[in-house]
Amino acid sequence: MDQDFSSVDKILQEYEGKKGNLIPILQAIQRQKGYISKSVIRYVSEKMHIPMAEICGVVTFYAMFHLEPQGEHIIKVCKGTACHVADVDSIKEAILDFLKLEEGENTTADGKFTVMEVACLGCCSLSPVIMIDNQTFGQLTPDAIPGILRQF
Amino acid sequence: MSKITVKVGLASCGRAAGAMEVFKKLEEYLSQNPDAYTLKKTGCIGMCFEEPIVSLSGTEMGEITLGKVNAENVLNLIEEYTEGKLPTSNIILSDKTEAPLNDLLAYQKRIVLQNCGKIDPLSIEEYESCGGYQALKKALTLSPEEIINIVKISSLRGRGGAGFPTGLKWSLAASAKSDEKYIICNADEGDPGAFMDRSVLEGDPHKVLEGMIIGAYAIGASKGYIYCRAEYPLALEHLKIALASARERNYLGKNILGTNFSFELSIKEGAGAFVCGEETALMQSIEGKRGMPTIRPPYPAESGLWNKPTNINNVETWANIPWIINNGGEAFKAIGTEKSSGTKVFALAGKIAGSGLIEVPMGISLRDIIYKVGGGMKTEKPFKAVQLGGPSGGCIPEELLDTLVDYDSIAATGAIMGSGGMVVMDSGTCMVDVARYFLNFTQNESCGKCTFCRIGTRRMLEILNRITEGKGELADLEKLEELAININKSSLCGLGQTAPDPVLTTLRYFKDEYLAHIVDKRCPAGVCTALLHYYILPEKCTGCTLCAKRCPVFCISGSVRKVHIIDQNRCIHCGACYKACKFDAVTRE
Repeated sequence: MDQDFSSVDKILQEYEGKKGNLIPILQAIQRQKGYISKSVIRYVSEKMHIPMAEICGVVTFYAMFHLEPQGEHIIKVCKGTACHVADVDSIKEAILDFLKLEEGENTTADGKFTVMEVACLGCCSLSPVIMIDNQTFGQLTPDAIPGILRQF
Repeated sequence: MSKITVKVGLASCGRAAGAMEVFKKLEEYLSQNPDAYTLKKTGCIGMCFEEPIVSLSGTEMGEITLGKVNAENVLNLIEEYTEGKLPTSNIILSDKTEAPLNDLLAYQKRIVLQNCGKIDPLSIEEYESCGGYQALKKALTLSPEEIINIVKISSLRGRGGAGFPTGLKWSLAASAKSDEKYIICNADEGDPGAFMDRSVLEGDPHKVLEGMIIGAYAIGASKGYIYCRAEYPLALEHLKIALASARERNYLGKNILGTNFSFELSIKEGAGAFVCGEETALMQSIEGKRGMPTIRPPYPAESGLWNKPTNINNVETWANIPWIINNGGEAFKAIGTEKSSGTKVFALAGKIAGSGLIEVPMGISLRDIIYKVGGGMKTEKPFKAVQLGGPSGGCIPEELLDTLVDYDSIAATGAIMGSGGMVVMDSGTCMVDVARYFLNFTQNESCGKCTFCRIGTRRMLEILNRITEGKGELADLEKLEELAININKSSLCGLGQTAPDPVLTTLRYFKDEYLAHIVDKRCPAGVCTALLHYYILPEKCTGCTLCAKRCPVFCISGSVRKVHIIDQNRCIHCGACYKACKFDAVTRE
């Protein structure tokens, strides 16, 4: 464990003494590092005196925590009802096609994009919808995907 | 010449449709003429199908709202308005002349959405200028009992879906004895197809804050949390800004507006777990744990967050409070029906022309919502069902469209009022596939605590998968019903108890579709790909070879400029040829 945890220390300090701070701390760490590594879990466990099993329990319970490094840009494909009815599957296919990802793979070899399915993004009237980082794209057709992805 | 105000709807939905480009274009253009124009950002007016939306006001033509604006046409439209002419195109709403969508708005009654799409959500001054925080000032002159009494008279029921009387809930929390109490705003709007809370938080966050501060005063809470899902980055951002400005104005903090009442609010960002919309799971999550529901009783009003008395309401419930305090409980009760008072916000989506956000008085019929307020179906395809209540709800068929929108009438159909998601489906939607979709969702989101919810939903999903793949048997239908009953009986929380409902309602109203899949091995809506057969129409095929290139199993034969043929024995029904053909030569049945 010779990694630099100074940034994690800063986050831990910021939330010190606040009730129920484990999830916000993990969120802040993930915002910075992109994912929650095993060594981070061990470090946080030691510092906060919370068993590793409990932290692992939290990290694996919530869909937003990642245990693996993520791509530079995150593509969230909405799996809401309206998007489902509007055939969002064909949009996802077009994304995987363009990024040359096989079924089951979710991060491109160059680490530029990670594709994930998410619960409803709440833009149902513009379905099908995807979100890249914090930018939402609506009323998509499979043909529009290459143009959008090339912007990143 | 008076100044012209230009407002651009910049909620998530507007942005997704390109409103930011319109705003940037306007910023660049109007900054050359700052004396003539004021440019403002606003939230969502609810007509998402017309996004991006820009409204103009400040001349004798009154306020006009323009739809489907883009960076190319926006400057022309503004110039026309500035010259005193009504824009020749794109008008959707107008307060002085006729406009195509004026009627849609006329059926609505806006309490919660009153300010959405009208004010700048980030400006506390604009909220105040529309009467904002007056209700808080009034409430602080009343006793907590008086406020609870007003809420009781209003008969407001929880808008999160279950419909528990809000006044009663408050009085339970108020009478609990404790050194510390909490209030929580449930903004973990997880139902797929629902975006009411997102729009309110993005478009008018102060209304929710005001409602919460009044509630805290009535209950005697000193600390509150807004639990908002992380999928709503813009709502979170607006909430943070709103909290800061409310603190500056002393609507929050110590000795609010010179009284003895002190209250602090903070935001908790969700981490992506649907079950956290359930109140006990939500509190576990705020405490930093896995969001798994706990047994009730004790109810949160006795022992909730950190074992202290806690009151949880959803965004829309809180947003109704300022209006009720300002106008009185009787005025609210006068709207809607005997047992369901007030209005309800619905998110219309799916195959409906006017998809977006509406607020209607309770007691309106589903038919009126779809055909009058929602503008009818999107395409020629006929109506088949409307899905209410998301994964806990059900599909209501055509013959029940005259059902009135109130908690009890909706529940009688087997669906639930839910939080307000309304997804309209037409003949191109397969009801078995919809049931499978919801079950897949709940199965994924089950926290795993109760065996029947964890494993039972999986067994149901496997059966539905089999049926959509054409491998179903008649006995499967009985198995589905048996599992549904047991899952309902043996689950601790609402997620498990209601998980089978989408299956039960589709079985009840669309059994013929299940039978078509099982007996005839056919999907009447043409959705379940494994049951479809693809053919090439010789008269339309140009021999472009595209389908053969896209076919993953190389089962399409034919050469350039010759009619192609699909080998039915080798076809895997993936539909790639159907999607690829540019001449509609591939047909399926």
